[in-house]
Amino acid sequence: MRYFLNKLGFLLLTIWAALTLNFALPRLMPGNPALNMLAKFQGKMPPQALKAFELQFGFSNQPWPIQYINYLGSMLTGHFGFSYTYYPVHVSTIIAQSLPWTLGLLGISYLVSVVLGTVLGIFIAWRRGGVTDSITPIVSMTFQAIPQFWLAVVFVYFLAFSNNIFPMSHSYGNTEVPGLNWPFIRSVVYHGFLPFLVVFLTSVSGWIIGMRNNMMMTLGEDYVVFAEAKGVSPRRLIFNYAARNAILPQVTSMAIALTTIIGGQILIEQVFSYQGIGFQLTNAVTSEDYPLIQGMFLIVAVFGVVINFLVDILYGRLDPRIRRRGATS
Amino acid sequence: MSDRQPILELDHLSVGYQTSAGIVNAVNDVNLTIYKEEIVGLIGESGSGKSTMAYAIMRLLKGDALITNGTIRVMGKDVYAMNLKELRAFRWAQMAMVFQSAMSALNPVMTVQTQMVDTILAHKKGMTRLQAIERANQLLDIVRIDRKAMQSYPHELSGGMRQRVVIAIAIALNPGFVIMDEPTTALDVVVQRSILDQIKEIQKQEKFAVLFISHDFSLVAEMASRVAIMYAGRIIEMTPSQTLQLGERHHPYTEGLLRAIPHLSADNITIEGIPGSPPNLVNLPRGCAFHPRCPVAVDVCKDQRPKAIPSGNGHVECHLFEGEQEVQHG
Repeated sequence: MRYFLNKLGFLLLTIWAALTLNFALPRLMPGNPALNMLAKFQGKMPPQALKAFELQFGFSNQPWPIQYINYLGSMLTGHFGFSYTYYPVHVSTIIAQSLPWTLGLLGISYLVSVVLGTVLGIFIAWRRGGVTDSITPIVSMTFQAIPQFWLAVVFVYFLAFSNNIFPMSHSYGNTEVPGLNWPFIRSVVYHGFLPFLVVFLTSVSGWIIGMRNNMMMTLGEDYVVFAEAKGVSPRRLIFNYAARNAILPQVTSMAIALTTIIGGQILIEQVFSYQGIGFQLTNAVTSEDYPLIQGMFLIVAVFGVVINFLVDILYGRLDPRIRRRGATS
Repeated sequence: MSDRQPILELDHLSVGYQTSAGIVNAVNDVNLTIYKEEIVGLIGESGSGKSTMAYAIMRLLKGDALITNGTIRVMGKDVYAMNLKELRAFRWAQMAMVFQSAMSALNPVMTVQTQMVDTILAHKKGMTRLQAIERANQLLDIVRIDRKAMQSYPHELSGGMRQRVVIAIAIALNPGFVIMDEPTTALDVVVQRSILDQIKEIQKQEKFAVLFISHDFSLVAEMASRVAIMYAGRIIEMTPSQTLQLGERHHPYTEGLLRAIPHLSADNITIEGIPGSPPNLVNLPRGCAFHPRCPVAVDVCKDQRPKAIPSGNGHVECHLFEGEQEVQHG
C-alpha cells in the first residue's frame, strides 16, 4: 500500500511537471495565437476582431501566476482551447475522436505482439535447439530489420492497391454507421488488419528474443534446478519458476514500448491514413495548429506517465523484492 | 559392514563432459557405497568432480554432461533406468539434495510456504493444501525457524535461514538419502556451526544416509564416519574419519591435505601447501594423476595407474601401498 501511494505521488508530481512545461513553452515563444491568426489575414483585420480572437483563444494580459492557475483549472476540466484548422472545434473533441483509434489499433497490436512474443519465447527456450528455436528468431528478426513504414508501403501496394484484398486507407468504410453494430465492427477489423500486421511483424521479434534469452538465463538458475529436483511438474516449473522470473525484464521493456505507441506511430497512421493521434498530430504540425499540438503533447505526456505508473504497480505485484524495498526505504 | 543395507551404490561410475577435445571425464571410475543411516564425506579441491558426481546421482546433469560408464543405484534402484515420470516421483521422495548455493536455491518471487507446499504436493497427491501447510510448519519447527517465516520471501531471510529452509525442503518427504553439496559454504562460521549441529541432530532423528560434500577437511572429518578423498575425478582414498590426522599413514595427497590444515592450538606445526596445481582433466598425466605433485613418487607412478588397495577400513589408490597388502592381512 505504501508502495502504491509512493508511486501515486510520483505520478501526480510528474503530471504536474508536464503540465507546467506545456504551460511555459508556448509562452516563451514569440507572438500569440491571435497574432498568428492576424498574420494569416495579412493585416486586413480590424483590432476588434483581433481582440475577439484573443479572447476566444484564451489569450489574456493577466499576470502569469493567475494565467497559470486558470490554465491548470482548464486542463483539469479538459478545456484545451480551440483548434485553428478545425475552428471552432475544441481541441479536446479532436483528441477524443482520434485517441480511441490509436489506442485501439496500436494498443491491440502491441498487446498481441507482447503476449504472443513472450509465450513464443517461453516455448522456444523450453524446446531450445529444436526446429522452432532455430527458425523463429531468424524470421522474426528479418521483419524487425525492415523499416516499419516501408513494410507498410509494400503491404499497401501489393495487398491493397494492386490486389485489392484489403482497403488502402481509413479506419472504416464510408457506408458504415459507427456504433456497436456488426457491419461497422467488421469494417473496423478489416481496415485495421494491415496496420496491425505491420506493427505486429516489426515488433514481435524483440519480445520473442528477449523472452527466450531471459528464459535461458533463468532455466540455468539454481532455484529452477532445485525445483526440478524436488519434483515440481514441468508445467509449473516453466511458468511459475522459470517464466515468472524471466518475465520481469519484459515488463520493463513493455513500459517503454507502450509509451511510444501513442506518439510514435505517426508513420503507420500516415501511410494508412488512419485517423489516430499520430495522423492528427502531423496535420497539426504542418498547419501550425498550436493549441492542437499542445493538447496532443499533453495527452502523450500524461499517457506515458500513467503507463509508467501502471507498470510500476504491476512490477511491484510481480517482484516482491521491489515492493518491499519501496516500503522499507 | 556387508550385512548393512546399501543406500547408494556407485559402480565404476564415470561422468564426462562433451567438449571440442572429445569427452572429458570429470568423474572417473568411482566405486562408492553408502549404507543406511551413514554419513560419508566427500572431499576434494575445486574442480575435482565432487559436484558433478552429486548432480549425476540426482540425474540433474545438464547440457553436455553425460554418464560415460557405470551405474548409479539408490535404494537398490538404477537411477538411470527410470523413465521421467518415475524419476520425478522417486527423486526427492527417496533421495534429496541440499544445494551448494543457499542464496539462490529458492525462487525469489515465491513465498517460503508456496515453495515448501509445492514440494510436498508434487509428491503426495492425496494430500490437501492445508495438510501440506501443516507439514511445512512441522518442517520449519525441525530446522528451528519461526513459523512466521512461511509468509516471507527469500530475500527477507538471512543466509542461514535460507539454508535452513532448503534443508527443510530436502527432508520434507523423509528421503532415505540426502546429498549435501557444501551446505555451509556461503555462510559465516558461527551460522555454519549451528547449521552443522542441526544437520547432525536431524540426521539422527530422521535416520537418512548422507553424502556430505565439502572442501573443508576438519568439517568433513567431524560430520562423517567415513571420508572419500577425490582427486582429478577419482576417489583415491576411502578411510574412516578418525584416521584423518597427522601421523597416520595415508595417500600422499591426503597427507598433503592434512598438512595444509591450520591448527589453532599447535604452534610448532608448519602449514604446507601441496606444490603445483590440480591437473587439467583434458590432459591427465599418465599413470597416477597425482604423480607430478607427489613428493614420494617413484618410477612406476609415472606410467601405471595404481589399483584400489584395501587399507584399514577402506581403500587407497597408491603404488606405495602395494607391498603392504600382505602385511595388513598377514
